[in-house]
Amino acid sequence: MTHRLSPFLWVMLAVGYAFLYGPIASLVVYSFNASRLVTVWAGFSTHWYVELMHNEAIQQAALISLEIAVTAASGALLLGTMAGYALQRYRRFRGRALFGTLVTAPLVMPEVITGLSLLLLFVALEQTLGWPRGRGILTIAAAHITLGTAYVAVVVEARLAAFDRSLEEAALDLGARPFKVFLVITLPLIAPALAAGWLLAFTLSLDDLVIASFTSGPSSTTLPMVIFSSIRLGVSPQINALATLFLVAVAVLVTGAGRLMRARESER
Amino acid sequence: MSAALRRRAVLALPYAWLVLFFLVPFLISLKISVAESVIGIPPYSALIDASGGSWRLDLSGESYHRLVTDDLYVVAYLNAIKFAGISTVFCLLLGYPLAYGIVRAPRRFRSLLLLLVILPFWTSFLIRVYAWIGLLKENGLINNALLTLGVIHQPLLLLNNAFAVYVGIVYSYLPFMVLPLYAQLEKLDPALLEAAADLGCRPWQAFLRVTLPLSMPGIAAGALLVFIPAVGEFVIPSLLGGPDTLMIGKVLWDEFFANHDWPMASAVAVAMLVLLLLPMGFIRRLLQGETA
Repeated sequence: MTHRLSPFLWVMLAVGYAFLYGPIASLVVYSFNASRLVTVWAGFSTHWYVELMHNEAIQQAALISLEIAVTAASGALLLGTMAGYALQRYRRFRGRALFGTLVTAPLVMPEVITGLSLLLLFVALEQTLGWPRGRGILTIAAAHITLGTAYVAVVVEARLAAFDRSLEEAALDLGARPFKVFLVITLPLIAPALAAGWLLAFTLSLDDLVIASFTSGPSSTTLPMVIFSSIRLGVSPQINALATLFLVAVAVLVTGAGRLMRARESER
Repeated sequence: MSAALRRRAVLALPYAWLVLFFLVPFLISLKISVAESVIGIPPYSALIDASGGSWRLDLSGESYHRLVTDDLYVVAYLNAIKFAGISTVFCLLLGYPLAYGIVRAPRRFRSLLLLLVILPFWTSFLIRVYAWIGLLKENGLINNALLTLGVIHQPLLLLNNAFAVYVGIVYSYLPFMVLPLYAQLEKLDPALLEAAADLGCRPWQAFLRVTLPLSMPGIAAGALLVFIPAVGEFVIPSLLGGPDTLMIGKVLWDEFFANHDWPMASAVAVAMLVLLLLPMGFIRRLLQGETA
């Protein structure tokens, strides 16, 4: 394609990125504002970061959220890799259509529906089997594993579809057992997809308000639940400070991943 | 472990999990949506009445009756379709030129530009919606800027209305529109456009007759990825919306958390799901067509 950007496309790119990043930039700038009013600039201050450090409710919730997110991402990685592998490699099996639907539907299902129906499941299970007793970290994690599995499966399936199978065939011809081929050949080759899938499931879990609200119990208030209720009480610059810390963490992760990938590329 | 057994295990574990935690929950909501709301724990009546020696199936259509006769639900339902639909169109109008611009940009900038579209998705959704409160408030950044510049003399009402909900949905779901469009436009063979030009097509004609028809699968995938979750959106209407922007997702939330009417909440969920089954069938085909 001729690499020519018309003036119209230039303007649209500028408008698009300004729209995407303007609000985020305003969050960061006003996190350093001395005034409580989010919209009036009263000089530079790190006051809100200090206050955030002393906000125990937020810290407690952040720990709970991290615990859930690590559990959910790891569970989703295991189940999602299996599901993606089965969808890509097992061409025919009974119930394939249903399985395909179950894997892709959580991607677009409105969260209120998923959240409500999972809660009803947990209540029904408790009534009939006596387990799980009440709701909390465990039930939120189970809900997030379900959501994350779908994302991991789609990423892994796409990676497997784009992958040269002759290496696996060569290993099989040389007498390696199928499970060994999977461990030594397939797994390292799909490792970037696994990392991306884990991170995606981790972020989704950390970010989820709706499903967590339905499936949580009294002792399992997650970070998004605390943020949501404090936003409803009114705008607070502490949330701006928290948002800025989030952004820094994401930026560090992304540049780190980029460096790692370039290092691996140059090794070859 | 034999190969066949291993194969079965790889499939059975995620299959069983998804059936238990995704399919069965819907069947339970379906069941509870035809129960009656009662005061107790859990707050719904049993479906099978075993008292009096004989079994009796106790179905109640009360929740569905209210769903179609009470204006609140009908209006919220139509509102959700309206807000999600119009936002999808705006996402497309903004996202298409953006995706096209990225495809046309010099190769070395392409992955950076694409990364910049995905990046906001990795930061908290809730916080990105919150950012718009600061911008749109009565004494927010946009009003302050316009007042200082003398464009307006009275602050505009930008928050807690339909406008804010549209902005919120378009902003939050834009990456879901751009990514499938980019994937589709990148596959477009430039020789086709050259051929069109050789045959005397002006650039805009070539766009309308070649590029646009060939990008239809991307448009369809992007539109569905925005529309379906936006219909059930709860966070955006409750933080940015006002009294006239009631959407069905927020109604479901309120039925459950404020009114504790579980059968009604379930009926709302079932009705929403029925509406979305058709578009969800399409999205599955599009996604699986991509990888097959």
